[in-house]
Amino acid sequence: MGYLKKIQYNCKHATFLIEKKMVGRLSFREIIELRIHLMGCSVCVLFSKQSRVINEMVQQLFKSSMPGEIRLDDSFKKELQERIEAELNKN
Amino acid sequence: MSAESYQLNPHQWVNAHADYLYAFAIRRINNEELSKDLVQETFLAALEKAAKFEGKSSERTWLTAILKNKIIDVYRKKSSGLSKEVKQAEHEQQDFFEADGHWRAEYRPLEFGIEHIDPLINKEFNTILQMCMEKLPALWMAVFSMKHIDGEETTVICTELKVSASNFWVIIHRAKLNLRACLQKNWG
Repeated sequence: MGYLKKIQYNCKHATFLIEKKMVGRLSFREIIELRIHLMGCSVCVLFSKQSRVINEMVQQLFKSSMPGEIRLDDSFKKELQERIEAELNKN
Repeated sequence: MSAESYQLNPHQWVNAHADYLYAFAIRRINNEELSKDLVQETFLAALEKAAKFEGKSSERTWLTAILKNKIIDVYRKKSSGLSKEVKQAEHEQQDFFEADGHWRAEYRPLEFGIEHIDPLINKEFNTILQMCMEKLPALWMAVFSMKHIDGEETTVICTELKVSASNFWVIIHRAKLNLRACLQKNWG
C-alpha cells in the first residue's frame, strides 16, 4: 500500500490524531495526514464532531455545581466542624 | 480587592465548602466513603498548613488544591496495576478497528443525536454519561479528568500518575473511543 493510501485507510491513526489535536499539538506532518484523511472519510469527520461534543458535555457535568444533588449529610458535617473546632482549640 | 486580601475562616469551612469539596471528589473518584474521608483529611491538612496561607488565592481555591493532591494519591494507589491496564488497552483497541485501521462495522460512529442534548436538562442522558465514565478503568478516568476537566499540563499528569508520554496518548485515545461507543450504544 502506498503512503497516501495508508493515510486514507487508517481511521485508527486518524482518530488518534483527532484526540491528540484536542489536547495537544500536532506536528506539521500530522496536520497534513489528518487533513488528507478527513477529506475522504465522513465517518471520522463525524467522530471528530461527536468527540468535541462529548468533551463539552463532560466539562459541563463536572463544572456545574448541581446544588442539592451531591451533598454531605448534616450529622457528618456537624461532626466535621466539631473536629475542626477541637483542632483549633488545641493551639 | 487587593491580591493579598484573602483570609481563612476555619469556623465556617464546613458550611461554606464541605458540599463543594465533596462533590468535587465524588465526581473524580466515584466513592462516597472515600470522598468523605478526603474532605475531612483536606480540612485537617489545611489547618496544619494554615500558617503558610498567603492569601493569594481564595479560601476555596486553596482548599481545592489540597484536595486535588489527595485525589492524585488515590489515583496512584488505584493504578498500581498500571502497565497491565495499558497493555490491555492496546490489545482491546483492535476491537474498534480492522487490521488496516478501518472502523469495524459494529463500532463505526453513527449519528445518534448527541449534538442536540443538553446534559444538564436531560437527566436520562446525564445518567448514561456518568455510567459510561464509571466504566472506564480508574487510571484512564484519572488521565481523562485531569486533562479534559482540570486542564493540567500533559507533563504534570505523566509525572504525577507515572505514565509515559506515549501511554498517555494511548489512554486519551482509548478513553474517548470507549466513552463514545458506550454513549452510542446506550443512547443511540
